[in-house]
Order: sequence, then structure tokens, then C-alpha cells
Amino acid sequence: MINSPYIRKPASVQSVMLQVLLALVPGIAAYVWFFGAGILVQLAIASLAAVAGEAAMLAIRGKPKALFLTDLSAIVTAWLIALTFPPIAPWWLTVTGTLLAVVIVKQLYGGLGQNPFNPAMAAFCLMIVAYPALMSQWPAAGQLDFKAQLDLIFGGVRQVDAITGATPLDALRTALRSAVSADSELHGLRASQLMDGPAFGALGGKGGEWVALGYLLGGLWLIQRRIITWHIPAAFCGALFVTAGLLWGLRPESFASPLFHLASGGAMLGAFFILTDPVSGATTARGKLLFAAGAAVLTYVIRAFGAYPDGIAFATLLMNILVPIIDMKTQAPVFGHKKD
Amino acid sequence: MLRKLFKFHGGVKPQTNKEQSTTTPIAPVPLPDRLVIPLHQSVGGHPRPLVQPGDRVFKGQRIGGADGNLSSAVHASTSGIVRDVLPAVMPHTSGLTTLSVVIEPDGEDRWGELDRINVRAATPDELRDYLRDAGVVGLGGAVFPSHLKLKPGKEGSLDTLVINGAECEPFITCDDMLMRERAADMLKGISAMRHMLQAREVLIGIEDNKPEALAAIQAALSASGEKGIEAIAIPTRYPAGGAKQLIRVLTGIEVPHGRRSTDFGVQCFNVGTAYSIHDALEHGRPLLSRVVTVAGNVKAPRNYEVLIGTPMDHVVRLAGARHDTDRYIMGGPMMGVRMPAFDVPVVKATNCILVGSPALFPPPPPEMPCIRCGECAKACPADLAPFEMYWFSRARNFGKTQEYHLFDCIECGCCSFVCPSHIPLVDYFRFSKSEIWAREREKEAADTARERFEFKNLRQEREKQEKAEKLAAKAAATREKVAGETAAPGAAPAAKPGGDDAKRALIEAAMEKARQQKAQVAPKNTDVTNPGVQAEMAAIDARRAALEPPTETPPPAGQA
Repeated sequence: MINSPYIRKPASVQSVMLQVLLALVPGIAAYVWFFGAGILVQLAIASLAAVAGEAAMLAIRGKPKALFLTDLSAIVTAWLIALTFPPIAPWWLTVTGTLLAVVIVKQLYGGLGQNPFNPAMAAFCLMIVAYPALMSQWPAAGQLDFKAQLDLIFGGVRQVDAITGATPLDALRTALRSAVSADSELHGLRASQLMDGPAFGALGGKGGEWVALGYLLGGLWLIQRRIITWHIPAAFCGALFVTAGLLWGLRPESFASPLFHLASGGAMLGAFFILTDPVSGATTARGKLLFAAGAAVLTYVIRAFGAYPDGIAFATLLMNILVPIIDMKTQAPVFGHKKD
Repeated sequence: MLRKLFKFHGGVKPQTNKEQSTTTPIAPVPLPDRLVIPLHQSVGGHPRPLVQPGDRVFKGQRIGGADGNLSSAVHASTSGIVRDVLPAVMPHTSGLTTLSVVIEPDGEDRWGELDRINVRAATPDELRDYLRDAGVVGLGGAVFPSHLKLKPGKEGSLDTLVINGAECEPFITCDDMLMRERAADMLKGISAMRHMLQAREVLIGIEDNKPEALAAIQAALSASGEKGIEAIAIPTRYPAGGAKQLIRVLTGIEVPHGRRSTDFGVQCFNVGTAYSIHDALEHGRPLLSRVVTVAGNVKAPRNYEVLIGTPMDHVVRLAGARHDTDRYIMGGPMMGVRMPAFDVPVVKATNCILVGSPALFPPPPPEMPCIRCGECAKACPADLAPFEMYWFSRARNFGKTQEYHLFDCIECGCCSFVCPSHIPLVDYFRFSKSEIWAREREKEAADTARERFEFKNLRQEREKQEKAEKLAAKAAATREKVAGETAAPGAAPAAKPGGDDAKRALIEAAMEKARQQKAQVAPKNTDVTNPGVQAEMAAIDARRAALEPPTETPPPAGQA
């Protein structure tokens, strides 16, 4: 028996996911432009692995395959994995990460809509703990051509030393730390001077800042399409800016500028595409602000004081844990119960 | 218009589909062969039937009397003969029956004597009673007896009387057409209501997709010259026509769930109700018909003036239902209810017969899991978090659904309308509400049973105690008596312990009693009246008494 309403807006999970994928395209385009087409190969590998893993799990769980394979949610996870993993990660690393995300973090928790953790970020954390070296090899912009990238993705032998190893975030921190520890010898070396190096662009990493701009554009489009709200990106960027600005203002020689933090690493991807995952994120307006601000502070702390190149993934997972209580405690007053 | 309007949270903008049924004026409907008039058509008590099969009724004759004050009378919509008073299927999804009066029209449509009232001379209470007996109820869909709402709050006056001409549901245009065609009379009804409520101002809210209706009302307003009544165009956004949403838009006041709007100085009536009130007060005509939109899967969507009790298919036939029609919906596509049959009667709540087909209202795509996107919360006009309530409803965690204000849900359907996972959210909330009600009923029944049981135990205990007390008192009295008797001869051994003495006294008293009883039950012929025989009998008795031992017979061996 069908009850009212008898009419529905033409909306679907599939169309939501499709718009998220489309919004990633500008960032991906910049990625290809600056870092080569290897990322496209990674996107394909991750997508295939995600669909295969999802199909197998749906078959085992006895769920309708056609319905859930076409919702595109697995593809979104796959793309986020490919975009956060190093573009020259070996194919099996991408496959393993994607399968972990789809099979364990998503399907074992009950599939679409049921996962308490962001699948892509959980996969990132697992893989960086398991394969710290492979997960930390980031080529600089224009360093490797497509063939070299393919060789690294599918080839057996990796000459790790031949590939430059660190992201701009990583490079900056390492240099600043050594500067602090060997203060007497390297006095006068400042964050701003470091950033004149070849790995850096105007704001963040060379090339990376343009990719971030692409994500920003896509993200703004998602807000305009009302797929996401402004709360999470604004709170994340705002809190990251303020936190980084505070420390930078106190000791500019030891800490990077707030703009550098916003333009580097996964900040934009995190603000618009990762933290905004509705399933694992906060849902109330106030909750979203708290959730994203908390993630920003954690990201900064991990970036500045932790051992990993970027902090978005761990910050996301840590905040995912808090989502139930954040949502519960930030329910807005309902009609007629507001205090004006 | 410089008036500041307010916004309510959420809402949706479905395709309105109102143009189709507003091209032609309201049309009359030929008399059907039979009218089936349910007696229970409003919120409140079931009216009692006042007619019997075979009775001749006139148009406007009361056939159901209001049962108490929270109830409303029901009338014969035309003249004819009562063929039956029986339970008939009512226009409700459940397909349940309700006591109805079946009238076979005689075709004369003859009015009975009308029960008039002098509006100016009557007291407010008399007017309210009159409207109750005229069967006037809210025609916006809730069918709440109007007379009960025509009372100002505790202060004796009202700030704002809100008249609801928003008509936000897609397809429905009955209020629109009524405003266009009968604005002047409607305004008279509004004035009467304003007078009864002592309302300072009247705001008529009309969605801005009905410019003709707005213009008609404004023209009637300027013609009447009455001050303090304003017709206001409000933004078209479903459910702006919900009473609480409209009050919010026009006055900024949010009336919380479970509170009366009069506590906030506001009362709200539908435009159709205003017209009916005018009809009743001015012409003495009870509520016998209403304007009904016939729309959807029909060739010529249109509004009709339909007698209450007319079978729906009789009306739809005029508009020409298409062949793939598979259902009638009473109301609009957002909140309407599916009818159990095509021939259920039009009632006072029937604002629209929406003719449905699988093509017009296709079944929703398969339900997907909730992805917590929050679209439903963005659309909810009650500021609820439907996805959270859905989660708890699924888990049958009804306590939690209430913490998330389940009962503030007005079931407008916005959340289901926007859900990208096609979850029938409103169905989950209806389910939870009915489960909670059922549990409360069960709990009440269990409480009553428990109380009854406890009282029974208490009563039995009390009776037992009373009996014991009575016995003890009796024993004490006997003791005293015996003690008095034994003490009188002066031989009473005062030195003896009181307990022993009392015991013996008791035994003696018992023996005495037994002796007396025995004397009473001893055979004695009292029927004989002959003095000679009586004397002989007395002699025999005396002899027998002499023979018997002087002391009481010892107790039976078993007890010794």
C-alpha cells in the first residue's frame, strides 16, 4: 500500500553521488595537468577494485546488486582513495586500500549509510600505518612522465631513492624541525625562506595549490547545488586558518603561514569532499561546525607536531568517533520551542 | 503591501497543477440516486441518528444530533426518504464502516423549515450552539467543530484572526474558486467570526500563485469598507497552508505542539468555513454541501458544489475519469488519503477528489538506506530531524522518537518528498505514533486492571478485618455481660485470674445460647388450637423435661 505523499522530487542517492564525482573533476584536471596522467590510472584501478569488492560483498550479504552498484557511492570512495594516495603508489596498494574501505569499513558495518567511519580515510590510515614508506612517496610536479608513472604503478622494482619522497608539508616540517634542533648552525632559516625552494608554489606545494583550487571550485559548486552545506567547509577552513595563524603569529620562523596550510595537502579535499560525507559526519548545523572545527585543530596538530605527512585522515576518523554525541547534543529546537 | 512577513523553516515546492481546474467556474452536480451520509463527519463525538428507515426528510433536516459539545450535527442534504441507517464504508484508507443514513432523493430538493437565528440579538453562546446544530466544521480538512474555536482566549479578546486561503496542496483549487466567486459572502462570514472572537485584526493569507482570488477578496474588502481586515499574498511554498505555518508567516508566532493558538492571541479558520458560517447565520442553511475539486487523471478538471453524501464516482463521472484510473485520493498528493472504493461518499472533509493512475502517481523507486544527507531536516516545516526519528522508528525505540519530538510532526510529507533514498518517512512516523498510542492504551488497560485487582484485595482484607473486629467486639460485650451477671450474686471470686474467669464466662454464655437454641428447635406443635389437646401436650412436655438430665449434654467423644 502506497501512502501519501504520492509525488516525489526527482532525487536519488545516485544523482547525489554523481554530482560529488562531477565536482571532483576540476581538481582531477589540475592534478593531471601538473602531475601527469598517472592519477587517471589510479582512479581506474580504485574504481574497479571498489566495484568488485562491493559486488562480492553484496552477493555474500544477499543484497540487490543492481540497486547498490549503481548508486555510485563505491566510486566516490574509490576516487577519494586514489586522490589521497600517492599517484605513484603500486597498484596493489591502491587495490588493498580500496578493498579495505569497501569490504571492511563499509560493507561489514552494513553497507551504504551504515559506516561510522569515512571509508576512504580509514583505508588511508590503515595503509599509512602498514606501508609508511610507499604512502609517503610523492613526486614533485612535472618530475615524472606518464611512462615512468606507469612503471612505478605496475612495475616490480622501485628505486625509492630515485623518487623524491616528501610532500611540501613534510618537507617544511622536517626542515623546520632540524632547524629548531640545530638552531645554532642554521639560525636565520625561516619558514618563508624554505618556501622559496623548488617544491613550493605561491601558497602551498607547487602544482598542489592549483589542485586545491580545483577542489575549492568543485566544492563551491556542491554548496550551490545544495548537496553540501557551507558549515563544514567554512568551519574547517576557518578553524585551520585561526589555529595556524595563532602559532604563525607567535613564531613565524617555526610555523608555516595559515594560507600555506589551507593550500597544502588534503585541506581542500577534506573540507569539501571528505568531512562532508554525510554518513560518517555530523548532521546538525551546530554539530557540523563543531565537527569540522575539531577536525581542523586535530589536522593542524598532526601536521605540525605529529609524524605523518598530513593529518586530515586521522583527524577525520577521530572526529567520526565523536559524531553520535555531537549530533545528540546539538539538536536544534523544534517549531514553537525556540527562544527568540 | 508593506506588512512584514515571516518565514517558516523548510517546506518544498512541488509542481502546483492548479491551473487545470480553475479555467471554469464552480459547477453544480445533478442529484445522485442515493446519498450516503455518515453521521460521524467531524472531530469529536458520534452524532446520534434522529431518523429511522422509512422516514421522509426535508432538505436541511437534522438527521444526526451532536453528541455533547465536542461534536457537530449532520443534516439531510436533499429531500427524500430514509432507506436505511446502517454502517457503511467511510471515505478513509482503512475501509472501516461508520453509521450512515442512506437517503433516496425525491428529486424535489425541498427545504424544510429553517431554524433561523437573529445574529445581532443572540448571545455568543447561542450563536455557538446554533453553529453546532448547523453542522459547521472546519472545511480545510481537519473538520474540527467550528463553534468550539469561536471562543476568544482567556482574555476575552483576540489579537489576530487568521483566515486561511493559502491552499498550498498541489491540484486543490476549491478555496481558490470559492474566493474568486463568493468573496463578498465569505467576508460577511469573516466579520461575524471577528465579532464573536472580538479580534483586533483579521489577516487573510493567500499564496501568491492565486492572484485572481486575492484580487477578488481585496475588491470585496474595499466594497465593504470594513477596517482592520487585510488580504495578504504570501510566498507559495508547501505547507504554507498548515495552520501553524500560516500563523507563523503572518504573525511571526510559533504555536508549539499541544498548545492552543488562542493562548497566543491568534485563531485560524479556513476560507470555506467562513463562507459556511455566513450561510448558516445569514440564511439559516446548515452545512449541506461544499466545493470539491476534481482533478488528476480526468479529462476536465473542475470544481463542483457537491452535496454531502454524494458518491465520489458520481462526481468524477462529470469530469470524465480516464481509463487507467486506479484510485481516488481524498485531498492532495502530499497529504491525501487513498479511498477504499470509488463510491464512498463525499463528506465535509472532502476538499478534493484526486483521481490517480499509475502513470500520474507512479510507485516510488525502491527504498535505499538513509545516507543521513539531512535533506529531510532541511525540508521539515516543524524543524524536526526526520532521519533521526526514522532511525529510532526502525529500531522501535519509541521513547527516543518522542525525545526527537515525534508528536510535533504534522505529517505534511515534505521529508518523504525530498528523500533521495526514497524512504517513506511519514509512514514510519505514522507507524511509530500508532504504536505509541497502542502501547499507552495497553498500559492504561493494564493499570486499570491492576488497580481493580489491588482494590479487590484491599476490600477483601478490609472486610476480613471488619469481621474480626465485630467478632471481638461481640465477644467483649458478652464477656462484660457475663461478668456483670456473675458479679451480681456477690459470690464472684475476685481473686481468680481474670483470664480464666472470662473463659469460663464465655463457655457458660455459649452453653446458655446453645440451650436456648435447642429449646427453640425442639419439636413443638403449635398448629393445634384445641385447648384440651394443648393441655395434654403441655403435660407431655413437662414430663419430657423432667426426664432430661439437668446439665448440658457433654460434647461428642471426638472432640473430647
